[in-house]
Amino acid sequence: MFADYSASELTAIFAMQGFAGLILFSVLVLMALGLAIIFGQMGVINMAHGEFMILGAYITYLTSNIFAEYMPSLFVGYFFVAMILAFGVTFLLGMAVEWGLIRFLYKRPLDTLLATWGLSLILQQLYRTIFGAREVGVSLPDWMMGSYALTDIIEVPINGIFVMVLTLVIALSVYWLMYKSGWGRQVRAVVQNRPMASAVGINTEKVDRITFGLGCGIAGIAGSAFTMIGSTGPTSGQLYIVDTFLVVVFGGAQSLLGTIASAFSISQAQSTMEFFLSGSMAKVLTLLFVVGILMLRPQGLFAMKIRH
Amino acid sequence: MMHSLKQIFPRNDVIAFAILAVILAVVFPLTMDIFRLNLVGKYLTYAFVALGLVLCWGYGGILSLGQGIFFGLGGYCMAMFLKLEASSPENTAIQSTPGIPDFMDWNQLTELPWFWEPFHSLPFTLFAVIAVPTVFAFFIGVAMFKRRVGGVYFAIITQAIAAILTILIIGQQGYTGGVNGITDLRTFLGWDIRTDSAKYLLYFVNLVLLFVCLAIAQFVRKNKLGRILVAMRVREERVRFSGYDVSNFKIFVFCIGAMFSAIGGAMFTLQVGFMSPTFVGIVPSIEMVILCAVGGRLSIFGAIYGALLVNFAKTSFSETFPELWLFAMGALFISVVLFFPNGLASLYQQYVLPWVQAKFKRQPKAIATEQKAKTEVKSASQKTDDDDDSASLIAGARYEN
Amino acid sequence: MKTNDFVLAVEGLTVSFDGFKAVNDLSLYVDEGEIRVIIGPNGAGKTTVLDLICGRTKSTEGSIKFRDKELTKMSEHEIVHAGVGRKFQNPSIYEDLTVFENLELSYPKGRSVFGALFFKRDQQVIDQVNEIAESIFLKDLLEQPAGLLSHGQKQWLEIGMLLIQKPDLLMLDEPVAGMSVAERRKTAELLKRITKGRSVIVIEHDMQFAEEIADRVTVLHQGKVLSEGSMERVQKDPKVVEVYLGH
Repeated sequence: MFADYSASELTAIFAMQGFAGLILFSVLVLMALGLAIIFGQMGVINMAHGEFMILGAYITYLTSNIFAEYMPSLFVGYFFVAMILAFGVTFLLGMAVEWGLIRFLYKRPLDTLLATWGLSLILQQLYRTIFGAREVGVSLPDWMMGSYALTDIIEVPINGIFVMVLTLVIALSVYWLMYKSGWGRQVRAVVQNRPMASAVGINTEKVDRITFGLGCGIAGIAGSAFTMIGSTGPTSGQLYIVDTFLVVVFGGAQSLLGTIASAFSISQAQSTMEFFLSGSMAKVLTLLFVVGILMLRPQGLFAMKIRH
Repeated sequence: MMHSLKQIFPRNDVIAFAILAVILAVVFPLTMDIFRLNLVGKYLTYAFVALGLVLCWGYGGILSLGQGIFFGLGGYCMAMFLKLEASSPENTAIQSTPGIPDFMDWNQLTELPWFWEPFHSLPFTLFAVIAVPTVFAFFIGVAMFKRRVGGVYFAIITQAIAAILTILIIGQQGYTGGVNGITDLRTFLGWDIRTDSAKYLLYFVNLVLLFVCLAIAQFVRKNKLGRILVAMRVREERVRFSGYDVSNFKIFVFCIGAMFSAIGGAMFTLQVGFMSPTFVGIVPSIEMVILCAVGGRLSIFGAIYGALLVNFAKTSFSETFPELWLFAMGALFISVVLFFPNGLASLYQQYVLPWVQAKFKRQPKAIATEQKAKTEVKSASQKTDDDDDSASLIAGARYEN
Repeated sequence: MKTNDFVLAVEGLTVSFDGFKAVNDLSLYVDEGEIRVIIGPNGAGKTTVLDLICGRTKSTEGSIKFRDKELTKMSEHEIVHAGVGRKFQNPSIYEDLTVFENLELSYPKGRSVFGALFFKRDQQVIDQVNEIAESIFLKDLLEQPAGLLSHGQKQWLEIGMLLIQKPDLLMLDEPVAGMSVAERRKTAELLKRITKGRSVIVIEHDMQFAEEIADRVTVLHQGKVLSEGSMERVQKDPKVVEVYLGH
């Protein structure tokens, strides 16, 4: 498939597709971070994670409309407001879900899978009722639209760079929160030994609730980023849950760096292959590759050996 | 092989078999028109999948979110045979390449792909309906269980495979019929499957196959193998140290589940007249799990009733309030998990059965003591609540039926 | 002495978890018919040694020879088939099944998938189960779901599940932990009875109990053998005294 292109053209294609894959990479990283935090804490997969992301996307859409309607002069900065709102709302919804559903299902990971799937169905229908079945798109402020010409043929989209910087900032904050802050210490204590953590005075219920909310909140931010690569519909989120989970296990569930590396390789592989193959075949090959690797190395790429 | 029949089919189960047989083979055909009966037949093809899930998930603790893969593979194998029969050169004379399925012609194929060739033969097709999905399940099982991938990981990876297969089927339109699937199926060895009489006959063929699968499931669960599955679900490591290769048992039960699903898929194609990727992917696969959960994940009869009930509800909901169906479905997932983890079967055990037994006053002593013992288990297990999840599982054991 | 005179010969065994060596260049030899008690402070690697022998944990280095079979390359069920039985620290039984079914599942027949599918509960199986149940004091509780048993009875049941496998090497991890005084006495009696003619490795904290049953004692400390010999000798070993009483 490479035979039709010259070497310099190939370089340019790889570079362009690589940059085009940046937003997908960012969405995957943010989704995976949220999922990994919840998975690490509770050992469950939140099947409604995609719907939390879409909620963030819808909030971004609403915010952009409100700004365009009432505060056109401030439209340049709406995206930051949208992100904060997206995080806040999904964070609160996440905490509510933990309180109303998840906390009854600890130790039953497979059942949680089904229950959160049920939640995702309800959320999808809710979106359909509120926003309609048609997909909605978000218009970006001008400064995010253009692209920066790196060489004659290689152009870098500005929104891609913006989202990637944002992702890095969030990833670093999460790292700091989980590994350097006092709160992160509490979370890890609860993960490692729940009764003991409780005995030394950690409010484990609160830790669970906030962790779940945080995971969902990051998914909400992912939703903001998502509006740049796709239009938002009630079922758009469902397509991402499998990919995201594969990113998490591919990277090794406990490893933040692994999550980022695996999101990068998966999104880049897909983005690059899309140029040469049809989109669906690129997806098939990417997923097959990941599933294949996982069969050879089920503990993920960056997992540790743990004592029984 | 000198199993006493009584051991495999205790009296209570024989009665349950008989009741189910009467409902499906007598009551439904007498009270429903052929349109409704055909619908029931369609629902019952999902019951095959649910039955397989009872063994895999309820007994073995392996949750597959990809049973649509096997349902679809079985269904597609059957559909390929029927499509070839419907695409005889006479029927397709107007195509630019007569004698190949219409969708291939539309996609500029001029030759039947090699993997379609053997599906001219009925014996091969029947063999493939069973073998292709089972062998595929075997490979997935070996790759996963030999490396001790289980639980949530297994669930999501099977889901990923279902997604891959769907994308592949949709993407390879010329070979698979794409998103529309394989449609316009007409005859089976020259016998028109679209007539009412054919639908009647197919309904009963479907029933016979369902009862064969039920009998197989009953045989598996009432044997030592069934007890090993139950043991494995909670104490996988102990089973290993009792000298069993746990992965082989998982592979076996996963293959059985795949085989059941495939039979269901093939019967679906015959009764409904088409097969499409909408029955393969993530959504149908997880819906099949809820059929099993509603019926009771430990009850092979519950699986059948669950499949019927949920699908009846789905049909009547989508006819009257289509927008409410997803809400209802979501609520069903949540409430079954939260409030009825053992499904309808547990309600039956708790409320209906005691009432029936009191009514007829001929409850055998053995059952009475057994139930007493099991109630004690429950109270005992509540005392040792902190002793991991065994408590809920002991309680769960009460509903095995 | 040649290696093959021993039932079990562990040589140069090392396992490291992320750089931490839980067992470090450990060698251990168990004679035919010997009862070996392993003692040592918490974290000395006692349970890890059993895990390594029975295949639950894979070693990083070293060899484990059981009757000249190399166990480090075998999977758990193969090691069981070779004749090694393992009892866990917390009773590990099948709560959902009856006592009879627990023992029946452990009976070494019909261990393949199809063997299990066509397994027949014949008189031989029933007799064996009854015999074992008798010896573990559970004869009258055969039809009880195992989840109903008391903690001590669960421990006995697990021992029974091992016995019915007829292992040549029996490994018991703290068999009397969490037992009442009466249960403890009965268990000591049970262990003395069942260890006859078998090689046994026992991990034990209870010194008095250890002294009662041990032929020889191995003291582990930080993944290494600190001292080995008769109970009397070990107790006088200044290194052991240092570890237990020092700091």
